[in-house]
Parts: sequence; structure tokens; C-alpha cells
Amino acid sequence: MEIVDIVPPELKNNVIVTSVDALFKWGRANSIWPLSSGLACCSIEMMCAAASRFDLSRFGYEVFRSCPRQSDLLIVAGTLTWKMTPPLIRLYEEMPNPKYVIAMGNCNIGGGPFADSYSVVTGLDQIMPVDVYLPGCPPRPEALIDAMLKLKKRIQHPEAAQGSEERMNASREKLADMTRRAE
Amino acid sequence: MHNGILYLAGQSLKELMLPVIGSELIVNLIMTLICIVILFLLVATSALVFTLGERKVCAWIQVRIGPNRVGPWGLLQSTADMLKLLTKEDIIPHGIDRWLWVLSPILIFIPAAMVYALFPFDDGVIFADVNIGLFLLIAISSQSVLPFLMGGYASNSKYAMLGGMRTVAQMLSYEIPMVIALMGIVMITGSLKMSAIVEAQSEVWFIFLQPIAFFIFLVTALVESNRPPFNMVEGESEIIAGPFTEYTGMRWALFFLAEFANLLSIGILTTTLFLGGWQGPDFLPTQLWFWIKAFLMVIVYQWIGWTFPRTRMDTILSFGWKVLLPLALVNLLLTGFGIYIFRWLL
Repeated sequence: MEIVDIVPPELKNNVIVTSVDALFKWGRANSIWPLSSGLACCSIEMMCAAASRFDLSRFGYEVFRSCPRQSDLLIVAGTLTWKMTPPLIRLYEEMPNPKYVIAMGNCNIGGGPFADSYSVVTGLDQIMPVDVYLPGCPPRPEALIDAMLKLKKRIQHPEAAQGSEERMNASREKLADMTRRAE
Repeated sequence: MHNGILYLAGQSLKELMLPVIGSELIVNLIMTLICIVILFLLVATSALVFTLGERKVCAWIQVRIGPNRVGPWGLLQSTADMLKLLTKEDIIPHGIDRWLWVLSPILIFIPAAMVYALFPFDDGVIFADVNIGLFLLIAISSQSVLPFLMGGYASNSKYAMLGGMRTVAQMLSYEIPMVIALMGIVMITGSLKMSAIVEAQSEVWFIFLQPIAFFIFLVTALVESNRPPFNMVEGESEIIAGPFTEYTGMRWALFFLAEFANLLSIGILTTTLFLGGWQGPDFLPTQLWFWIKAFLMVIVYQWIGWTFPRTRMDTILSFGWKVLLPLALVNLLLTGFGIYIFRWLL
């Protein structure tokens, strides 16, 4: 939820929140702390992105927290199987808002080479809202850095990412439906 | 009698206020409040500066560049982090011991900030120059064990509980060699007063008289402040984030703030006890000497932290009890003999 949305509609003409909102957006966009979780080979590239040749830390994104309570970004790096979805959804739900998801690698976009498999989730957006899709098998560390900069742009200028809101809302409903069924 | 820049500034401020206000009691009260505000500002800014400094030093040691995109040279990075942490959702999990859980991050900040009252920053500039200064300082700083255990116990999580118990084990067992090593300094100085300890080093620094004590203090200070080679409290690969596992946003940031306040305070403590405090050659003001030494020591602690891999829990404990404690006792004995021989020669 944006700060603007908290303002009641009858006060919208009288209250200006835009500068504070912009400040917080700037803060969020420049300090994205990823959760250090990896599923398969993409996570090796994720580790490389933080190491010396590629150096994710230049942008301030190198703080890989091992606890979901303190992280902002879930990089789903690698092939996601149906067996792994409940722990992953749990990790996602343990993260505090505002939280973001990057679907890293072909497997998380459409199943990749395992599209016909019975056990692989063909598309991460079936189970959780995705902010940035990052193709590649696996994507190079530069590509991950580019994805995180795209996410930064998305946080600072949500209006630039047109149409993605509906997709995200659809996935959110699906996620809520799945958790209801699990309970 | 005192001629430090800070002391003279404080005195002239007092003289300016005295004719306006009249009562000397109120002037002293105002000066005390100003000092408290300055100390708190120092603690808060040290956290902001050292989060960036830590990431830069870490980057340089790992042949990286470190934060350089947010603001000039990445200077606004920690500001962005703080803004983000302020606006994060505040999750309070079910099944926690609510009062203990909420109090723990606040209580951890109190001993970390309180020890700053006992540091001699400059000639005559010390907030509370009590005659049991060193003893009080160690007594206050050892209180930081309790909030860790409180947070770990109250979180109702296996990992947090394990982290809390690790804190108690390592901090309490390293307190003993630290205190015994510092006894050597107290024996030479003949006083527990912090200003007296600094003045006793006007001719020779205690790092040359007490090299064994310096080594023991270097190791124990790292353990006491949970710095990297001994950060068993939040061993990420084993127990997620230790006692901080369930804390989000600003609550977690308070733990972080205390950690960096502790980093600066062990730097200042090493400077005061072993490196002559604010004293130095005359070509630079004493205040500058103090901060140069303290920041150098902070960088040394970060250097040690990012160079060595994390140790195992049982190795830490056996090293503390089987190596450092006997070494500290031997140092005490040697110091006693040394003082006796020195007096006999005179």
C-alpha cells in the first residue's frame, strides 16, 4: 500500500503527502535487502552478483539477510517444484510489507526446460505476485543487477509499470485462495 | 589546569550563560543536559556513519567497491536504509511474551549509550569522572547480556532461544579474562578513575607495559561486542539471526544501533586504556588525537572481523576458559613482580 492511499478520500484535496511519499520511495528503492534463499543453479549466479567482479553492493543491495523478517526482496532463484512451494510461500508471508519478488530464470517464468514435468511449477506468478521477470538459463549476474535496477525504477515510479497492477492483484487473489485451501 | 579544546569551549559557554541566567546551579544543570544531548547525538550518528563504514571496509577487504551510487560516494546509503526501516511493516508475532519482546530492543540501547558517560574524550572532558570509573564501565556494559536473552526467550522461537543462550555463554565467560587483564592496568595506575588511567600514560602507553593484557583485551572486546569472528549470537548459517530473528523494521534497527554504538565504544575503550587516550604530540590538538586513535582502532576491529571466518561455539568457550583466563592470571602475576622489581630498583 502506498502512503497516499492512507489519506481518507475527503481529505485528499487538502493534504499533501507527495514529498514525504517521494522521500520514502527513494529510501525503499535504494535499500532493497534480498533474502538469502536459493533453489537451484540460478542462486549460484545470485551469489556471484554480490561478489567482487559484479559487486551488487555499489547500489546498496548487498545486504543479504538470512531472516525473512528483515528482508524486502525475495529472489526466487532456480527451479521451483510443487513440493517446495509451501516453504517458499511461508517465507514470502513472513516478510514485512512492502515486499517484492523477482522471478529469476526461465523456470520461474514458464517452467523452462521442465515445462512438461509433473513436479515443476510452470510460472512463479501462479503462486505469488511477481514484480520483475528475469529471463535466462541461468541469467548472468549483470542481468540480476539490471533486474534489481528495474525494480528500483518500479518502486520509485509505480506509474511507469502500467498494467502490471492487475496481474499482481490476480496473483494475490490466487495466493489467498491457495492459503485458504491449505488451511 | 585543563587545556583541551572541548573543555575550554564548555567553560566559555558557562561564562557566557552565567551573567544571563544568574544562578550557577541552573547553569550547571543546563550544561549537564547539553552534555547528555551531545552524547546521544554521538551514539546515534556513530551508528549511521559506521553502517556505511562497515560496508565500505568490508568491500575493500573483499576487493569490491562498496556503496557508491546513493549520494556522493554512497554517503546517503545509511540514510536510505534508515528511511526504509522506518516505513517497514511492524510484525508482532503470535505466542510471544509481549512485554519482554517489546522492551528488549530498548533495554539493549541503554547500557550501550550509558558507557559513553565514562569515557574521557579530552583533557577534563568526561561526563562522570567517578573514582570507580573502570569498574562501573564494566558493570554497565555487562548488563547488555540480559536484553539479548530477554529477546531470545520472548520471541518463542527455537533459533532466537539458542541465540540468547549463546550470548549468555560467550559474554559472561569472556567478561572474566577481560576484567583480570584490565587489573594489570589498575595495579600500575593505582586507581580505577578513567582520567587517572589516561594521565598515567603521559610518558609511556600501556600497550608497551601491558602487551599481554592488550592482546587479551583485543580478543575479549570483539567477543563482548559480538563482532564478526565471534558473532555467534547471530550466526546466519546456523541460527538465522539469533535473538533478532522475529524483529522487523525499527525494532531490529535498535539492536543494530546498539551494535554500532558498541563498536565505537570498544574503539574508544582501547584508545583510553592502552593507547594513551587523548594524549599525543603537540602538533595536533588533543581532541583530534583522540578521534584518530579511536577510528583507527575501529578500523582494526573491522579488519579483524572481515578477515577471519566465524569460529565455532565450543572453540570460543574453550579458548576463553583454557587459554585467555590462565594468560590473564599470568599477566597479573608478571605485573605484580614487575611493579615490585621496579620499586626495588628505585
